[in-house]
Amino acid sequence: MLKNRIIPCLDVKNGRVVKGINFVDLKDAGDPVEQAKIYSDGGADEICFLDITASNENRDTIYEVVEKTSKKCFVPLTVGGGIRSLEDINKLLNCGADKVSINTAAVQNSKVVIDSSKKFGSQCIVVAIDAKKNGKNWEIFTHGGRNSTGIDAIVYAKKMEECGAGELLITSMDRDGTQVGYDIELMSNISSKVNIPVIASGGVGNLNHLVEGIKLGKASAVLAASIFHYGKHSIKEAKEYLDSKGIPVRI
Amino acid sequence: MNVTIVDYKSGNISSVINSFKEVAQNKVKIEVTSDLKKIKLSDKVVLPGQGSFKSCIDALNTTNGLVETLNEFAINNKKPLLGICVGLQMFADIGYEETETKGLGWIPGKVTKIDSQNGKYKLPHIGWNEINIMKESKIFKNIKDKSHMYFVHSYEFIPNDKNAISATTNYSSNHVCAVEIENIFGTQFHPEKSDKIGLKIIDNFMSL
Repeated sequence: MLKNRIIPCLDVKNGRVVKGINFVDLKDAGDPVEQAKIYSDGGADEICFLDITASNENRDTIYEVVEKTSKKCFVPLTVGGGIRSLEDINKLLNCGADKVSINTAAVQNSKVVIDSSKKFGSQCIVVAIDAKKNGKNWEIFTHGGRNSTGIDAIVYAKKMEECGAGELLITSMDRDGTQVGYDIELMSNISSKVNIPVIASGGVGNLNHLVEGIKLGKASAVLAASIFHYGKHSIKEAKEYLDSKGIPVRI
Repeated sequence: MNVTIVDYKSGNISSVINSFKEVAQNKVKIEVTSDLKKIKLSDKVVLPGQGSFKSCIDALNTTNGLVETLNEFAINNKKPLLGICVGLQMFADIGYEETETKGLGWIPGKVTKIDSQNGKYKLPHIGWNEINIMKESKIFKNIKDKSHMYFVHSYEFIPNDKNAISATTNYSSNHVCAVEIENIFGTQFHPEKSDKIGLKIIDNFMSL
């Protein structure tokens, strides 16, 4: 039986982890490679890096991080943030990323998704969608949630599936950073309308939120950042909790 | 000993390279090449594969003499070869992804799309699934039945001879996730992405 995945996400800026696990035995708390290794040793099903480097001159730092991590972690590695072109994707994959997540570029030009899934295979193309509730529907936003688009999230999710996305990473902007739980309605709406796996993101504050994301939100995988930071919960605890609630996980 | 990972521009093989180098350390030489001479001289060959069945077969055919060299290595000389993901699927006679495409024909059978049962099962089959070991296999030495492996695929290999199957996994139905015939090994899952247990499979293959 296929297991639901738990994916810890690390924000990386200029090659350094912005928030992270604050363990006393960490030699360098800002080192993404070391943090990723702790997650994979702890049983993370995948690792996700979100590159939030703002300036263009420091963009190359992520490649070095990916290269080093892929030599130490032997679980799938997804990298997102600032991906614009097939060339960017090619570089990340060559450095050892297994998947890339594309956000703004996919909204601006869906051809990036069509072309990249043809060239590299759908298995490595994740489309990331930032959505915000607007009346009865959800609208997608770009540029890290700053720019509105007027595009309906569900219509767009279906379009991305047709373009060749292998997975969708759905972040609720209303919930992101609030720790009150995923936007279950958004997740289940999208998940039930596409035939590709959905990764739920945004709003996790406790372990039960992960359960809700899978049971109610119908997500195949749950992504979380802050609950795994500062040692609040370990991946192992999260898995044991999901297991106790009858959710199939890899233990 | 040296192990060659065939680099035929079939997509991203950096994870395969990293994992084999991790297991090999300094004991085994890992070559990454499409050089026919080097393939002929190697002790073992790894055939990765990402993207579609058709794109991988097309890529193999782009290098003149590569298919013949692999045939000679695996079929005539019976040296150990491991196919991963589409690398395994290409052992078949025929694949139906994108369009009907002739495979290597090493293990008679076909590659068809997994039955989603009208959307009940999402495709690709992505994530960790348990393997059911069906027969004693050299690459499963010290690997427990029901171990978790990482999968990413939408197509499955259906061999004519069920004796070729060394493991299955359950998604929509019990489908083939590993094959073994004499010196030819294949995994539908990605040992290079299956954590320590996956590295153990790679170690088993290198230790053959």
